Amino acid sequence: MSALGILSNANLNGGQKLAVKYFSVAVALFGAQVLFGLLAGIQYLNPDFLFGILDFSVNRMLHINAMVVWLLFGFIGSVYWLLEDESGVPVVGLWLGNLIFWIFTLAVVVVVLVYLLIQVGPGELKSIWLINEGREYIEAPRWADIGIVVCVLAFFYNVAATFAKGRFTGVGGVLVLDLIALAGLYLAGMWYTPNISMDQHWWWWVIHLWVEATWEVLVGCLMAYGLIKTMGVRRKIVETWLYIEVALMFGSGILGLGHHYFWIGTPEYWFTIGGFFSALEPIPLVAMVVHAVFDAGHHKLKSTNNPALAWIIAQAFGNFFGAGVWGFMHTLPQINLYTHGTQWTASHGHLAFFGAYATMVIAFLYIAIQRWRGGVYMSGNLVGAWKWKWAIFLLHLGMITMVMGLLIAGYEQSQIERAIGGSDWVAYFTAQAHRWFVQGMFWRQVGGWLFAAGFVLLAWDLMTIGKRETRPALQHPAAETGA
Amino acid sequence: MAQELWWASPSFWRKTAIWVTGFSFVVLIFLTFDTVKQITAGSPRVPAYSVINQRIDYVFDEKRNFQVPVVGPEEPLFGQKLSEAEAATLVNHGKLTTQAKNCMNCHTLLGNGSYYAPDLTKSWLDPSWGSKEVREQSMVEFLMDPTDKLHNAVGRRMPNLGITEAEARATVAFLKWMASIDTNGFPANFKPIDQADAPEPATAEPVADAAPVQQ
Ligand code: HEC
Ligand code: HEM
Ligand code: HEM
Ligand SMILES: [Fe+2]
Repeated sequence: MSALGILSNANLNGGQKLAVKYFSVAVALFGAQVLFGLLAGIQYLNPDFLFGILDFSVNRMLHINAMVVWLLFGFIGSVYWLLEDESGVPVVGLWLGNLIFWIFTLAVVVVVLVYLLIQVGPGELKSIWLINEGREYIEAPRWADIGIVVCVLAFFYNVAATFAKGRFTGVGGVLVLDLIALAGLYLAGMWYTPNISMDQHWWWWVIHLWVEATWEVLVGCLMAYGLIKTMGVRRKIVETWLYIEVALMFGSGILGLGHHYFWIGTPEYWFTIGGFFSALEPIPLVAMVVHAVFDAGHHKLKSTNNPALAWIIAQAFGNFFGAGVWGFMHTLPQINLYTHGTQWTASHGHLAFFGAYATMVIAFLYIAIQRWRGGVYMSGNLVGAWKWKWAIFLLHLGMITMVMGLLIAGYEQSQIERAIGGSDWVAYFTAQAHRWFVQGMFWRQVGGWLFAAGFVLLAWDLMTIGKRETRPALQHPAAETGA
Repeated sequence: MAQELWWASPSFWRKTAIWVTGFSFVVLIFLTFDTVKQITAGSPRVPAYSVINQRIDYVFDEKRNFQVPVVGPEEPLFGQKLSEAEAATLVNHGKLTTQAKNCMNCHTLLGNGSYYAPDLTKSWLDPSWGSKEVREQSMVEFLMDPTDKLHNAVGRRMPNLGITEAEARATVAFLKWMASIDTNGFPANFKPIDQADAPEPATAEPVADAAPVQQ
């Protein structure tokens, strides 16, 4: 152990040393996401901006791919972070984990360079193998898909084998089973077909069954660990809640997949099945809020790590509003007929991804930085606490401003373009030129700048928080393992 | 342990989680088999690729209470009747082009994708192409060189994506085929381009010519 407040790898166990590598790349990619989001947003206001150089499609692809990858890196880092604590033994194949980390990172760099410099290819299978697959979120070319599968398999091996060697806690068991499903689903998105209905059918297996089933359960596991760590909540309570959440989430989310099968050529029975089960999806999200807030209240908000707890509470609410409320609002087919594929969807996508997933990774960044600095004090009256408080405030203010701008644009679009205009070329641009739409895009950009400012502050805070603290972290008596 | 409430015990909820997940998954697999069968190209909902040899329309169906694609008389794309295999090759080339050129990071297809440019589900039927006589050629020309063809007041142009003539024609074939997919009435209220044959007077009500056109 080195001196308090000094960043030192000696403070970390093996898995955690690997975790902070993943976290560092995650933060850099988060920055890239914000940058390309801003560029794409500017193009809505000024279509000639970077036209023919970095077209909207390129910026958008980088924006959402950076998001998927930084969140995955954040999740992998978080799992490596808790792995030795939870299992009680050192990570089984740490050298493999390290090797894979470098391969994975290098592959991401190559993919990004190809997106930026080559952008598009001829209409041949070769382009799909080497340049991009042109399928939203999973644009990564086929060679990278295979690389990702190999990396994830190695990661999975490390997690499963470490738990198997040490102890299989409830959290560990759920995590391992969930990772199998998460990795397996990726395979559903790797095949080419000329049939666009078939294409979208399997594409949604990846997208929906990731974000509304397996990722939700993964963050449920992280939340469980986070609550034990920051507040010393009893394991039995946390694990019982986790099982309840799994039952409710999978029970609604798996068949909730049907809310994407209304309009892509799939049969009409999905109206009923998709509408019904997806309408139930907010229930587990309510349960998670109740759980987190109840535990926080029960422990009188006394935590060993205030920024992490704040982000955990933000996760519970963000998940509930972004996924639960915003998702529910357009999930019934009678409404989705008009909101489908409008800025409405973008409004929901932003609030849900940020609220449910970005928040959870950020909470883990704070948990990690505390131990990395030797278990430094991070509770009330922390030196320089304004930074984390302003960061969380600005990020939320920016996000809410964006989401509201998009929502108003989406309402206008669903009325003018979809319901009245019939969604043709002219109707589309009539809606895009409408004053409410233009104002929505303007405010989205304002929100984007606020969000970017929040991101800069967050990055700065992560580099400096606890640096000038001399007090050790608070201890909670009930915690199983000390911080 | 003895006075523990059964409904608050971890083991009860663990078992529930396993059963609920297993059950939902089995139901999903069962439905997936049926759905995949119904969306395989060549089925009533998703026609065979050779449908591009025929007229495709989008008309209101009283029974289902929304618009459905209607396959009409022979009207081969680019005036060339193709065999099933030739049509499949052409549409396949078009689909590959849409992926390699990243259309879905500006447009939506079947309503999925990006929101920066119009939905392409029924772009084959878009009235803005003018008349059905010039449509095919206009589409090819537009795809190959869209930058100087601005059609809107917000100044948003489609960039030149280096699409060759062969790719453009294949993409048009793909778009025509996509317009024949039964999307349960999405997009609603879409008014397709007039495709009536020249001597007949154009019918304002699409419902009126639905019946005779059905093969
Ligand atoms: C960088 C964004 C971008 C990309 C990538 C892009 N488009 Fe477009 N596209 C546009 C814009 C913007 C318009 C509207 C142009 C106008 O109104 O003048 C448009 C218009 C169209 C139209 C006419 C609209 C309609 O309703 O019928 C078609 C067809 C079309 N694009 C097809 C494609 C295809 C096929 C691809 C991929 C090969 C593609 N586009 C890629 C931006 C893009
Ligand atoms: C954290 C969980 C969630 C995330 C991250 C998320 C994210 C997204 C994203 C990004 C899209 C757009 C996909 C695209 O690009 O086409 C989307 C679509 C959709 N989501 Fe969610 N979502 C979540 C949960 C939910 C829930 C719980 C519901 C319903 C109760 C829901 C309902 C929908 C619907 C109906 C659509 C389709 C929109 C359309 O038709 O265009 N989502 N979601
Ligand atoms: C600086 C802040 C941001 C700006 C300006 C911005 C801008 C944009 C733009 C312009 C698009 C394209 C929408 C379209 O197709 O019309 C987009 C898509 C998207 N962004 Fe952002 N974004 C920002 C931050 C974020 C963050 C923090 C997240 C999540 C963590 C996020 C998640 C997404 C998702 C999921 C989509 C796809 C939505 C869909 O297809 O429905 N963005 N963003
Ligand atoms: Fe979904």
